[in-house]
Amino acid sequence: MSTQKIVNDFAISIATVNGSGSQTANSTLLRAFFKMGIPASGKNLFPSNIQGLPTWYLIRVSKDGFTARKDVSEIGVAINPATFMQDLQAVPPGGAFFYADDIRLPIGRSDISLYPMPVKAISREADIPANLKEYVANMVYVGVLAHMLGIPESVIHESVSYQFKGKEKATEVNMIVVRAAMQWAAENLTKTDPFAVEPMDKTKGLLMTDGNTAAALGAIYGGLQFAAWYPITPSSSLAETLNQYLPKLRKTADGKNTYAVLQAEDELAAIGMAIGAGWAGLRSMTATAGPGLSLMTEYAGLAYFAEVPVVVWDIQRSGPSTGLPTRTAQGDLTMVNFLSHGDTQHVILLPGDPKECFEFGWQAFDLAERLQAPIFVLSDLDLGMNQWMSKPFEYPNRPMDRGKVLWEEDLEKLNGIWARYKDVDGDGIPYRTVPGNLHPAAAWFARGAGHDETSRYSEDPQVWESNLLRIKKKYETAKQYLPAPVIDESGQEIGLIAYGSVTPAVEEARVLLASQSGVRTDFLRLRALPCTQEVHDFVQRHQRLYFVEANRDGQLRQLASIAMPGEAHKFRSACHTDGLPLTARWVANTILAQEEK
Amino acid sequence: MTTPASPAQVNSIGLTKTDYRGLPSTLCPGCGHNSIANQIIAACYEMGLLPEKVVKFSGIGCSSKSPAYFLNRSFGFNGVHGRMPSLATGARFADTSLEFIGVSGDGDTASIGMGQFKHVVRRNAAMLYIVENNGVYGLTKGQFSATAEVGLALKHQGTNPYMPVDICMEALVSNATFVARSFAGDSKQVRELIKAGVAHNGIAVLDIISPCVTFNNEENSFHSYTWSKDHTEPLHEIAFVPKLKEIEFDDPFEEGEVREVTMHDGSVVILKKLEKDYDPTDRWQALRVMEEAQRKNWLITGLIYYEQGRPSLTDLYNLPEKPLNRFTEAELRPAPETLDSLNALFT
Repeated sequence: MSTQKIVNDFAISIATVNGSGSQTANSTLLRAFFKMGIPASGKNLFPSNIQGLPTWYLIRVSKDGFTARKDVSEIGVAINPATFMQDLQAVPPGGAFFYADDIRLPIGRSDISLYPMPVKAISREADIPANLKEYVANMVYVGVLAHMLGIPESVIHESVSYQFKGKEKATEVNMIVVRAAMQWAAENLTKTDPFAVEPMDKTKGLLMTDGNTAAALGAIYGGLQFAAWYPITPSSSLAETLNQYLPKLRKTADGKNTYAVLQAEDELAAIGMAIGAGWAGLRSMTATAGPGLSLMTEYAGLAYFAEVPVVVWDIQRSGPSTGLPTRTAQGDLTMVNFLSHGDTQHVILLPGDPKECFEFGWQAFDLAERLQAPIFVLSDLDLGMNQWMSKPFEYPNRPMDRGKVLWEEDLEKLNGIWARYKDVDGDGIPYRTVPGNLHPAAAWFARGAGHDETSRYSEDPQVWESNLLRIKKKYETAKQYLPAPVIDESGQEIGLIAYGSVTPAVEEARVLLASQSGVRTDFLRLRALPCTQEVHDFVQRHQRLYFVEANRDGQLRQLASIAMPGEAHKFRSACHTDGLPLTARWVANTILAQEEK
Repeated sequence: MTTPASPAQVNSIGLTKTDYRGLPSTLCPGCGHNSIANQIIAACYEMGLLPEKVVKFSGIGCSSKSPAYFLNRSFGFNGVHGRMPSLATGARFADTSLEFIGVSGDGDTASIGMGQFKHVVRRNAAMLYIVENNGVYGLTKGQFSATAEVGLALKHQGTNPYMPVDICMEALVSNATFVARSFAGDSKQVRELIKAGVAHNGIAVLDIISPCVTFNNEENSFHSYTWSKDHTEPLHEIAFVPKLKEIEFDDPFEEGEVREVTMHDGSVVILKKLEKDYDPTDRWQALRVMEEAQRKNWLITGLIYYEQGRPSLTDLYNLPEKPLNRFTEAELRPAPETLDSLNALFT
């Protein structure tokens, strides 16, 4: 059944049992492709469970550099009996199916290549400590696939060594199984499928990492001084990465810490602590997901109204309520935009890949301190926890912006005459002092209640309204400081607008639309809210605008309709949420269907 | 040579009592909270604290308005209901040389704020945490709070069917390192306990029965002036002696048996024995005495429990001497070459 060879262009779906150690095996394969220079991405579809439930790992290799999830995986790997039949049916005709040979279920398919693997036998016979056999059994499919696809043993070795951070003993235990499996495959399997890999040079100079790691590192280079957090999927690894790298990067010459990270008792406290620290002059942040954000709502309003700098990362997952804790979505955008009761609108950053997670990691502190406001950064599970290829992290290209802070010598020059909430510069942003400033005129009283320019309690109608209007002015002022949208435009009628993790699907969909249907599109990738003039202009230049997003209601389109009511009749939605990353095929078909109406 | 100011007019750092005042109170005349604010002013003045070195925190409610009524020259943050502890916890890291005074109420602490209260206690954040405890929600016009005694009848609320929360007990079982209770009518004791609480390097919980003259001041009510006066059982007489070099203090107690508790900074709390000897460093005795007081309808006041030596929150973080909030870009942003090696980790 083997036809023409298909090189560096397929997807693999690996079905295992959660908690069985398959993560190491899957990561090994993914990094092996990456190390061969082949563009690749890895997406973990895991259950909200520690051990025992089904989990799938999707690897895509693409000579053309497409990294979005594919609708169909040409290669299936089945290690989990519970999902075996489902996994078998999912393989398309002409595909390949590798399975553990101890799963004795009817196959009944002759339109695919079938490869039973003696997973248990190989790991049982391998010369490794008995207590480790269960954990390295998954390396059997690594070895078999390596042989069948043509990944050199040396690359697998390099990749396993990467997983174990260069520890030789652990690497060798795994490699014993890999070599045994490769040898078994060479002796026992006849290749009948067309899929193969060959070295390329398309990953040179790139990283493969996840957005949460990048975000944490960016925050560290942004001078993060305080973080409070509460464990929640999929944001926990962001805070844990802070704990991992801060001790290495942020000590004084005499070994003291220039930071503190605190695991709070809940999200109510995490944001409270972060706001307390931000108010007191520290670069401060928290990281959470939707349910945590709901709990943080009241404090977000306080930070907005008392004008306290703080950074909040929301690694979105499927909601509402507990939702699908381990699945991805872009469903928090509208909520975050208005987070709080009363009149509130927040500045939001929207990173699109790990490099931008790093970049916005440090920029968010500059913005928070410049604007004296909470800054929200919206990532999601797909971007935050999955492995993405990315350009290297770039060192901050400008000095820190600590905003309008007055210290003792500044107050001395002002003869102590200043007012906390006075709009001196006409940009809506007042000056502030922080505790520890010993000038007798430094102190002020922060509160969530109505206050005048001097921060004194006030219920005066005019004072209330002019204060709220000044705060709104900051939202306008913010636009000049925000990362500009990324625009790819060639004068088409159709404009696509998207942000964050759906970007790879949109980019690939544009190629599909153009090459298969002759539908050419322009693309604006939004990187922040509020919308700047560039977004307005892009919208004006197009007849039809499709907002592509991973949610039910088309939240970005909703917000754009509020920002640009006169243009809203041109807006269309391509929105979808099933917990999985969008695919290019779905995006293209959805747009086509609406174009054909 | 300048003429030295009269000691009656200035304190040890040359400030007058006016330097410690706040705005005029907007609470009801006769409210216990006003006398507590006055004792905070007196205590800080007498201790010679620089007002700029004090930071005030509060949540929501009548009690939480009161930080505006003392220490005008101190920073303050009036946060959200029941969550002043988290604000203070975060701010603690900015400058560990500052003194923190939090003022909360029984609603703010024992109901909505119970979680944050217990956790700030557990973390031993250095802060005097005052609960102005009147058993009712004053600002919303007289509903029961969680510290209202069972059987309390209020005008529009009927009779309280639930057992009360005892804030000192809650603090004790959460491993508080300083637990005290007082009565707003006992100015001297309140003042001395405030001083000791400020001097303490850790959480100092000070539960002060502070009658609400508008909504909960019936003679038979646990949180009223009359009842509290009649049922107060001080554990000891108390005097705080700050650590000050070259100044000789007269022994505040002329006779009788005294027990001295030395604080982290070298200041001393002197406790004069009353009816029976009481050891405030014995947690079990503290719990026993409070349980007995509940049974016998006494209002036990004084320094109920004190533990010296446990590190406070920020002591656990290996922080530099210089306040973190004075660190500059050069000290906070890692060098460019470190990023090169990080990037290499992910290839």
